[in-house]
Amino acid sequence: MAKITAGVSTSHVPAVGMAVDMGKEADSYWAPMFAGYDFSKQWIKDNMPDVVIIVYNDHASYFGMEIMPTFAMGIAPKYGICDEGYGKRPIPDVMGAPELSTHLAASLITDDFDMTILNVLEVDHGLTVPMSLMFGAPEAWPVKVIPLPVNVVMNPQPSGERCLALGKAIRRAVENFDGDLKVQIWGTGGMSHQIQGARAGLINEPWDRKFMDDLVNDPETLQHKPHLEYMVEAGSEGVELIMWLIMRGALGDKVDEVYRFYHVPASNTAVGHMILTPKDN
Amino acid sequence: MKPDFEQFKDIPGTTIFTIELAQLGFELNQFCMTLRSQANRDEFHADERAYVDKFNMTEEQKQAVLDRDFQKMLDLGGNVYFLSKIFASDGLSYVQAVSTMTDMNVEEYKQMMLDGGRNIEGWRSKKERGEA
Repeated sequence: MAKITAGVSTSHVPAVGMAVDMGKEADSYWAPMFAGYDFSKQWIKDNMPDVVIIVYNDHASYFGMEIMPTFAMGIAPKYGICDEGYGKRPIPDVMGAPELSTHLAASLITDDFDMTILNVLEVDHGLTVPMSLMFGAPEAWPVKVIPLPVNVVMNPQPSGERCLALGKAIRRAVENFDGDLKVQIWGTGGMSHQIQGARAGLINEPWDRKFMDDLVNDPETLQHKPHLEYMVEAGSEGVELIMWLIMRGALGDKVDEVYRFYHVPASNTAVGHMILTPKDN
Repeated sequence: MKPDFEQFKDIPGTTIFTIELAQLGFELNQFCMTLRSQANRDEFHADERAYVDKFNMTEEQKQAVLDRDFQKMLDLGGNVYFLSKIFASDGLSYVQAVSTMTDMNVEEYKQMMLDGGRNIEGWRSKKERGEA
């Protein structure tokens, strides 16, 4: 059977992708942030999955406002890279995992999660910056990817309860797949940041750190945190953190915290990053 | 459950992009989406007025685009990820564009971020600030 072997959470700041593409990782501004991922680059070499489910949000890069799916899943063999207004990032296309993703999408819909199905999708920094942070700049990505875009841009976003439950359903669906695959799930976005209005630049480190603690130890309580609290305490764009709950739900009741990193700033954003493994592994 | 959009209106200096605002801002945001191609970015910059006139935006929305008044665009239903296509086409970073919505210049804003970001104390509620 296929198995969820680990969860990785990380912020997905677009400027981080530009720093990688322009070779600025050693600049004084960026070096402390990239140093926080040195452990993770080695860890993933030692724990390479076959497939990664990447939970992320599109930033008006592929989806316009004609259609705004709450939860969607890519089932294509390949995903191109979006032009987000600055030109396309010079990175390889992302290879999909059609067999596993069609199984997952079908399982989730059968399990009452009404996923929007994407046979065509281009992916943006929400998905590609976490890959750059974990894998650097290879000529081809070492894993296959299942994109799972979530609407966190337009309110109402899905509830925390629904996100955690979706993660649990993903775990069941992966374990029911007739194939021997190591699967990771990544939750991206956050941490505290606000990139609009007079309150832009908001960072709330104590709140972020408590969120990471609760994600490890008490997701059943954390799921009930209302969107208003994310927006007030972690900034209007901090609500992206509900995507970390999807990852957490897929890891089972108890987890081991392998790694944690926190850094301010990257552009307008607090960078948070965790590696968690299911306790029963 | 009945949606509650009123709850967001007490957050100071913040426009929450609700489904209601999304409906009002549809044409503005769709205009932004066209700037994902270099050909359209070039056409926009060659004659901005002629380009925005191709869209079914309100005159107020068009003028806010021409003025690069990002706060106004938010008020008229724009969302910052859509609006980023405008400032990206101008060659501006998120930090450069976002800082224009605050009371700081870009250097002051950058320094605030290096110093740990905007402290939330005093920024939780309009009522607390005497703004409502």
